[in-house]
Amino acid sequence: MNVICSAEGTSACSPPARIRTLRMAEREEGQKETIRVLLVDDEIGFADILAKRLGKRGMTVTPVYTGTAAVKCIRKNDFDVAVLDLKMEDMDGIEVLKIFKKAYPEMAVIMLTGHGSEQAARDGLKEGAFDYLTKPCELEDLVEKIREAARSEGGGSIGWR
Amino acid sequence: MDQEKKTHNGYYYSLTRNILLVIILVAITPMIVVSSIILYEFDISYHEKVRAHLEELVLKHKQSIDSFLKEKLGDIRLLAKTFSYEELANESFLRDRLELLQQNYGPVFVDLGVVNSRGLQVAYAGPFKLGQALYSNAEWFQTAMKSDYYKSDVFLGLRGLPHFIIAVRDDWKGEPWILRATIDFVAFNNLVENIRIGETGFAFILNKKGEFQTKPMYDLVPSKAPYNDCFAECKEYKNGVYFIERKDDADNLVIYVSALLKHGDWLLIYQQKASDAYSDLRRTLRVTIAIVVLAGIAIVVTGFVVSRRMVNRVAEADREKEMISEQVVETGKLASVGELAAGIAHEINNPVAIMVEEAGWIEDLLEEEDFKEGKNLGEFQRALGQIRSQGRRCKEITHKLLSFARKTDSRPNDVQVNDLIEELIALSAQRARYGNVTIHTDLQDDLPTIRVSQTELQQVLLNLINNSLDAMEKEGGALEISSRLDGEFIMVTVADTGPGIPGANLARIFDPFFTTKPVGKGTGLGLSICYGIIKKMGGDIEVRSTVGAGATFVVKIPLEVGLQATTAA
Repeated sequence: MNVICSAEGTSACSPPARIRTLRMAEREEGQKETIRVLLVDDEIGFADILAKRLGKRGMTVTPVYTGTAAVKCIRKNDFDVAVLDLKMEDMDGIEVLKIFKKAYPEMAVIMLTGHGSEQAARDGLKEGAFDYLTKPCELEDLVEKIREAARSEGGGSIGWR
Repeated sequence: MDQEKKTHNGYYYSLTRNILLVIILVAITPMIVVSSIILYEFDISYHEKVRAHLEELVLKHKQSIDSFLKEKLGDIRLLAKTFSYEELANESFLRDRLELLQQNYGPVFVDLGVVNSRGLQVAYAGPFKLGQALYSNAEWFQTAMKSDYYKSDVFLGLRGLPHFIIAVRDDWKGEPWILRATIDFVAFNNLVENIRIGETGFAFILNKKGEFQTKPMYDLVPSKAPYNDCFAECKEYKNGVYFIERKDDADNLVIYVSALLKHGDWLLIYQQKASDAYSDLRRTLRVTIAIVVLAGIAIVVTGFVVSRRMVNRVAEADREKEMISEQVVETGKLASVGELAAGIAHEINNPVAIMVEEAGWIEDLLEEEDFKEGKNLGEFQRALGQIRSQGRRCKEITHKLLSFARKTDSRPNDVQVNDLIEELIALSAQRARYGNVTIHTDLQDDLPTIRVSQTELQQVLLNLINNSLDAMEKEGGALEISSRLDGEFIMVTVADTGPGIPGANLARIFDPFFTTKPVGKGTGLGLSICYGIIKKMGGDIEVRSTVGAGATFVVKIPLEVGLQATTAA
């Protein structure tokens, strides 16, 4: 299973065709329940735009910009899936992941890593993260991954490898 | 710079000199000490040997001369006792006796004579006409009358020839008479004359007055001093032999060996020049000195050559060390440039990602109905698509930069060799275009993945590709990269159509620091690092080349790297 979203892998499909498939998938999911996503990334511009785009795909997305804010946020609200940037200014992503997994083991965590620092992501998998994607990644891959994680009921890496 | 070079040369010069001095000192000192000791011991024992030999010689001759004289005296005494004065006074009888003696003992006895108490020779047998000769005033007669027997010194006498006399006294009717025999001087001389050794060794006999009793070999004007000493000392030694070394008038060292004869009346002297007696010793000394000198020269020459060679090696090692430290600095610089590039790539990633997502957001919004009728919708979508694809292109570039600049990671990953090759070709495509090189690939499709360090394998293949591109830089050409499965190995071949590698260099191209590139262009480390990496994996790199027809590198990577590596370790 190739989890790394590589440019070469997706460039074969033309954008309109892809959008159509997504719409169909969205409708199916939408009938059930919206997925609640916590998006943690210290790059504010990136977090905001990603939240908007995911929201447009039928998810309830809460963007936070620091690790500490993320930890505070999950105390007040429930989330199905967390998308977590591993490289942040205030806290190490792995630390945040450990706190998430300890407090809410049923919440699936998808990690975002920079290219070339996959080792941290592999460490994260051992800590119980659902999967990881390398930044910058195609939105469609992320959406797909979030839905997969939501279906997996907290997932963890137990069923994955 | 010149100053520095000068001090360097001075350092190597003094190093050479010190090594040379140590070698010479350590090698020559024991040689000289040992040969001196041996020579000294040899000198002493040789002197002792010569002395013992000469003493033995002189003693033997002394004994034989003494016994000769005794024998002759015995013969005459026997004659005097056996026959009466009357019988012997008869000349014909006396002649018969002489004949008999000469028959038995050879011509030792020259003549016989009977002398009465008044000194008148009453009977004579012999070659001279000495009948009735009167000896009453002769010294020998007076001395002989006083004792039972007498041996005279050599004298000329009435006949005018050197001779000596043996006389025996007896009584007849109360009157003493004397039987006298002359001993042949030549026969006696032979006893002494045949002692001859070397070129200057000879013997002679002196009487108490220092007169020759034998005819010496050479015309000798004896300087009295040593002979007097001999006489004096020999008395102390009595029957012994006396040995001295003296300088003669011509300032040559001379050996004198002497012994007393005839109850101390005569002195047998053997003399020889020391230089002659010790000629063997001198020859040995000369040979030894020659050997020592030759060995010394050999040591100096060897020391010179060895020290020069050693210092050259040291200088070479120093140069290599300098070069390495330069290269370490260079490598450090390259590493920091790499880190900088990686940092920039990382930083650019985020803004690019935001840009792409923003474009995606606009696309999302364009989907909404309000814009459906916009007459420029197609143009919007095309522009957004362009932003997207250019963003993707930026991402590819930063990814390549990042994976290249990433620190060498020797952890094994699952690697598909063909993918790796494609990636490297993409990385080198730009360079190849500039260099007018076309790249062909011939990759076997169903290659299994292998577990190796991707970065290391990447480094090896990139190095080979870069070398080939360097080789074809001037004239262009074709680079062919192929992969295939061969038993337990994956063979990757990198072949170019460059100028090729001369045979003399082929054996050395994997040596560290071997490079044909101009100074500053190549470190000479690339291929040796490749070699080290592949060997560590348990594989091999081979090279084939024909000058003018390009070079081919074949990299052999084992499928089971871990297994090979552990068995190798």
